[in-house]
Amino acid sequence: MNALKLTSRVAPAHKAPMETRLRGFAGAIRMLVAVPALAVLPGCITVNAPDKPIVIELNINIKQEVLYKIQQDVENTIQENSGIF
Amino acid sequence: MMKFKSNTVLKAAAALAALGLVAAPAFAQRDPAYQAARTAGQVGEKMDGYLGVVGSQSATIVKLVDDLNIQRKAAYTKGASGSGVSVEEFAFGAGCKNIRDTAAGEKYQAPGGAWQTRTAAPPQRDGRCPG
Repeated sequence: MNALKLTSRVAPAHKAPMETRLRGFAGAIRMLVAVPALAVLPGCITVNAPDKPIVIELNINIKQEVLYKIQQDVENTIQENSGIF
Repeated sequence: MMKFKSNTVLKAAAALAALGLVAAPAFAQRDPAYQAARTAGQVGEKMDGYLGVVGSQSATIVKLVDDLNIQRKAAYTKGASGSGVSVEEFAFGAGCKNIRDTAAGEKYQAPGGAWQTRTAAPPQRDGRCPG
């Protein structure tokens, strides 16, 4: 299914320098320079997985202020449904 | 003639309203089987706002707890959407109150997760519980 377009597709009027695709010799030269440059960057950060399981306490998300805010609503709900509480 | 008629209508409406007011605060009581299971400590109030089966109980008790928890979840969901909080938050808030309102001899879940028997003393509750 084709999406409806308001206008027909045209090439952008302006291309930023980084958007232009270099082809052929110039592109190959840039690739050759860029890839080794990344590889020799110093200061790599090593992240080691912890040996203990990570326990996430779900209740930690419940804030005291929320419980205070809803206190009256909670009491009303319980009172209105007292048969199941 | 017209005045008499409208008066009659008003009186009838007032009578209906009075009937409605009398009928409204008819709060349901606990099912006797549920009350008995609470008193016997077979079921207890959990911190998350739901009932729990204490230890190993009959299928009847398990079903009783499941049925009540489904109804509680529906009530919490309705309340949560009215308060603009999550169902879990609303249920947790209800758990605080449910545990506070347990009667002596009934079971409740302490912050550590273990079942406790309610005494005359205040129950052990989560530090975030209000009131």
